[in-house]
Amino acid sequence: MKNTDSYSHLRGESLYIDDLNTQQGCLFGLVFDAPLAHAKILELDYAKAETIDGVVKIFTYQDIPGQNQIGGIIQDEPLLAENDIHYWGQPIAFIVAKSDAIAKKARQLISLKTEALPVITTATEAFKKNEFVCAPRSFKMGNTVNAFKTCDYIFEADTFSNGQEHLYLETQGAYAECGENSKIKVTASTQGPTQVQKAIAKVLGIGMHQIEVDVIRLGGGFGGKEDQASAWAALVALATNHLHKPVKLVLNRHDDMRMTGKRHPYESTFKIGLTKDLKIQAFEATFLQNAGAAADLSPAIAERTLFHATNAYFIKNVYTKVLSCKTNLPPNTAFRGFGGPQGMFVIESAIAKAAEMLNIPAYKIQEANLLQENDAFSYGQIATQVEAKNTWQTAVKDFDFEKEVKLVAQFNSHNDALKKGISVMPICFGISFTNTPMNQASALVHIYQDGSIGFSTGAIEMGQGVNTKLKQIVAQTFGLSLNKVLVETTNTTRVANTSPSAASSTADLNGKALQIACITLKNRLSVIAKAELNTTDKAIYFKDQAVYNLQNKESIAWETLIQTAFLKRISLTEQAYYVTPIINFDKTAEKGQPFAYHVYGTAISTVTVDCLRGNYAIDSVKIIHDFGKSMNLDIDMGQVEGALAQGIGWMTSEELVYDKNGRLLSNALSTYKVPDVYAMPKIVVVKALESEGNEMALLKSKAVGEPPLMYGIGTYFAIQNAIKAFNKNYCLKFDAPLTPQKVLKNLYNAFKNNS
Amino acid sequence: MIEFVLNNKLIKTTANAGITLVDFIRSEQQLKGTKIGCREGDCGACTVLVGTINSKNHLIYKSITSCISPLGNAHGKHIVTVEGVNLNNKLNTIQTALKNNNATQCGFCTPGFVMALVGLSLQEHLVSKQDAITAISGNICRCTGYKSIEKAAYQIFEELTQIPLNNRLNWLINHLFLPEYFLTILDRLKQIKTPNIALKNSIKVAGGTDLYVRYADNLADADVHLISQVQQKMELTFDENRCTLGANTTVSDLFYNPTFKTYFPEIHAHLKLVSSEPIRNMASLAGNIVNASPIGDMTIFLLALNAEITLKNDDNYLRTLMLKDFYKGYKKLDLHAQEHLLNIAFKLPKLACKFNFEKVSKRTHLDIASVNSALQISVVQHKIQFAHLSFGGVAPIPFYAKNTCNFLGNKILSVAILKEASQILQDEIQPISDVRGDESYKRLLARQLFYAHFLKLFSKTFKILELVS
Repeated sequence: MKNTDSYSHLRGESLYIDDLNTQQGCLFGLVFDAPLAHAKILELDYAKAETIDGVVKIFTYQDIPGQNQIGGIIQDEPLLAENDIHYWGQPIAFIVAKSDAIAKKARQLISLKTEALPVITTATEAFKKNEFVCAPRSFKMGNTVNAFKTCDYIFEADTFSNGQEHLYLETQGAYAECGENSKIKVTASTQGPTQVQKAIAKVLGIGMHQIEVDVIRLGGGFGGKEDQASAWAALVALATNHLHKPVKLVLNRHDDMRMTGKRHPYESTFKIGLTKDLKIQAFEATFLQNAGAAADLSPAIAERTLFHATNAYFIKNVYTKVLSCKTNLPPNTAFRGFGGPQGMFVIESAIAKAAEMLNIPAYKIQEANLLQENDAFSYGQIATQVEAKNTWQTAVKDFDFEKEVKLVAQFNSHNDALKKGISVMPICFGISFTNTPMNQASALVHIYQDGSIGFSTGAIEMGQGVNTKLKQIVAQTFGLSLNKVLVETTNTTRVANTSPSAASSTADLNGKALQIACITLKNRLSVIAKAELNTTDKAIYFKDQAVYNLQNKESIAWETLIQTAFLKRISLTEQAYYVTPIINFDKTAEKGQPFAYHVYGTAISTVTVDCLRGNYAIDSVKIIHDFGKSMNLDIDMGQVEGALAQGIGWMTSEELVYDKNGRLLSNALSTYKVPDVYAMPKIVVVKALESEGNEMALLKSKAVGEPPLMYGIGTYFAIQNAIKAFNKNYCLKFDAPLTPQKVLKNLYNAFKNNS
Repeated sequence: MIEFVLNNKLIKTTANAGITLVDFIRSEQQLKGTKIGCREGDCGACTVLVGTINSKNHLIYKSITSCISPLGNAHGKHIVTVEGVNLNNKLNTIQTALKNNNATQCGFCTPGFVMALVGLSLQEHLVSKQDAITAISGNICRCTGYKSIEKAAYQIFEELTQIPLNNRLNWLINHLFLPEYFLTILDRLKQIKTPNIALKNSIKVAGGTDLYVRYADNLADADVHLISQVQQKMELTFDENRCTLGANTTVSDLFYNPTFKTYFPEIHAHLKLVSSEPIRNMASLAGNIVNASPIGDMTIFLLALNAEITLKNDDNYLRTLMLKDFYKGYKKLDLHAQEHLLNIAFKLPKLACKFNFEKVSKRTHLDIASVNSALQISVVQHKIQFAHLSFGGVAPIPFYAKNTCNFLGNKILSVAILKEASQILQDEIQPISDVRGDESYKRLLARQLFYAHFLKLFSKTFKILELVS
């Protein structure tokens, strides 16, 4: 079934923040931010800027009536800088003016005197200086120290994976307007409306009940609008609260890229031990996470790195440790995969290193260690309904992997200037918020008197198609066509205390709550229907806009049933609540069952490297993916392809560059290169694994948002293999992304110039 | 007064000619379907179509990014936004293809893709299905991974292969690509008079693709001298062995010129590496030259053609000089006050003459080069008659590799000579480290691209491993 939002998208009629019909007299906000990365503020002078005609007010931390604090997990992040600057782009003042252009002119007139302090941009530097945003975490299973003694081979190396800019096409933004009795309504581009509501209440020093947060849709989120959306909503709310005027803030692209956090760069080390039969006996890794200047979601992301540090492999002895290092970059944050990709990059690097040293293809080691039923993860959960081998073997067979490997070898023996590389990338990704209390959701369903239905949940539509899936649930439950069903905006006054739309769990959690509400209504309506159909049969059916008693083929039209129920004073509204059963995690023991289930898959990637120019093309990525019983393959396929593109981007062309002063150099689309249409693999094949699905998934249709991103890691290793085919002296490097610069230098590591 | 047709509506506005077209569309006209993603022409969310009457009295449509286009350039044109291609209560053929292929997720980039593909359908000479991809080469989508969009684009292309040579517009309307009002536009545009809006002493803007990336805020309330409005667009002229290009010739004018292609058979492959379709539709050659970016693709291209440029001052005094002598230092030009670039001319390559353009960037398409290079070389019986070699990204100016060219002249083409030349090249370039690559990379890349010219142009003579080892 097609995404039901596509009609308005294609006609340009979908509404994003900048498209809202604002109230008359709407003012425009602009953020004045730190022009250096670490400093003491000596003087902030905005008197001149405030005299410009059309500037209404310039807000600083001193204008905040409540607490100057928007930190989520840890209270360590001011909304507006007070005496110190901790990163380049940190908001210092908020200019509110009659137009965007006036605000921009005012911004140029603000002057700031500072005393510069030493800047830390890398995790290693912060580690050496003992700068952390939270305590380290470590997972342990078995005994690695003893296990290494029994290994035939042990390899160690350093790895680096860079951060990643979300580059949601719609930049961050929010719009606030006043209601009666000091109530403020904020329309925000956020994945976490409750988080925004909480942040605003705290900043304004008022109750959450005085803040209504409404979200229509997002022009992309990818994790970048989970915690990071709070600041902009809080700023417009602050201004509206003070001025009693509507205020809009939409970040321009440069401001957005400079001011917001990104995927965390990781500097890591590994030690891997194998026996002669290629079984990995022991694995140790230390992850230095570059958290940026405040905690944001870093502690949770660090945790997920540990959860996925062994990817789809069973390793008996594991010791992994992560340190969230405090640096002077913008607070890094959630990004599709949430620390998982960084963990998987390290284990895949370790396997590639071992393969290189043993002079065998990496897939031999990968295959020998795939997870099997009842294997334990390092965090104590026992793997069940494991599809690691199943997806691997299906991929190898369906995509004729052996032949593909031969073709690559043949091609390479006949070509000097072009070399091909191939790799396999299995994935295993856990589904649930690892912070167990977040796995709850509720839904509100109204059946109107004419039989049409409107419903609300905590789910945010950001392109992932959750609205369509939710409408399917309602329509299917009541046997109605989709045009009878409308999904409302996500609004904190209708559905409160929501978890953010994240962790791939949005459809599962909200859909299950919605399903419960619909079933309750259906049961209630069944009583009426049975009376009307004059039957005591258990089996009555809701289908084709009617209710049937199949035995005597009588039916009652849906509309009639609803009218009857209303006249009989039966409630046509239901609110329902869902919590994921079973899951738990004990953070002191670092053991438990944090995930409802795991998603599996295997990708085979083939690339061609131009060994003259150092650039490359991705020939194909062929994937067997475990969707469970997909409830909407149109949407789910799109999630796999889109996630793959982001994974490929992270591993190839998307390179964040900060200079040593902490200034972002890759600060625009001209200098930060996400994949374009030509950068994608020429061939992408995604096939669904035949599997049973999982009861904990909505209609047994497994979560699909994040896991496929990690297929992109395969392209990194395929390119490495191609480089090696050209330059036999090349030793693998684990330094992502693998840009054309790095490729060319690796192809010609003997080149010495005469400069 | 700026006058144009916006979708189905005649616009007469006194708004400043220097504001961006997208701001006029969204703020003044309240048409919110055109989105703002980057304001530098790098994402395509703001893509609209511009219909222009050409010298044959045909209405020609091209896609542009409205975020870096001055409103004044819309004068006398038909500007089409997504609202202008919507049909009543149903999707048009392009929108339907995108929907059926699941080619929209968050929807923010979607109107831009729709407009780029409407642009495809209005294109006069569709050759291969790669044209469908070229049409969307300036559009970034962060959600779908493009494969679904690609499928939709191919499907649209397939339908367009049925289009007749005549009455194309009727066919498009009958096949639900466009609303009917498109038939009325040609006549309506003819009613609009050419204004006299030459402004002396104001900022000269041609396509705007560079100036509006850097100074859109300042230009919004500045007086702008719009070259397109005061200087009738000069077609490419070919006489004897010479080609002359008007200052506001766009990259697309070269791309789609059939005569040009006979002299430069690889032109499509080369120019596809230069920005994207909508930017090529806007960007002028003169702008690329006077911008003086050390990495300007077209400047590098023209340097190897050993082009000369003619400058004209306000007293109509003309001055001609070699392009390679135009650059005096970083962003420093041999350009006097009151002078502007009138045209560019070069000798057309003869039979013995070969031309190649190379460019490597972080992302192969729609990116700024790390290093780019062009070579024009004439070889008769293995002897090099002359060579013109240019490099971008290796010096403070678009670099003409004079020493290397001098060395190559009259030499017999051989591996040893190329290796020696490559060394001379290394001695005369001075790359610096920046966001597009560090110095040692650019040096290595310069060597590689130097060899790449010869491996491509003399593929039977040279082998990669002989040169790079």
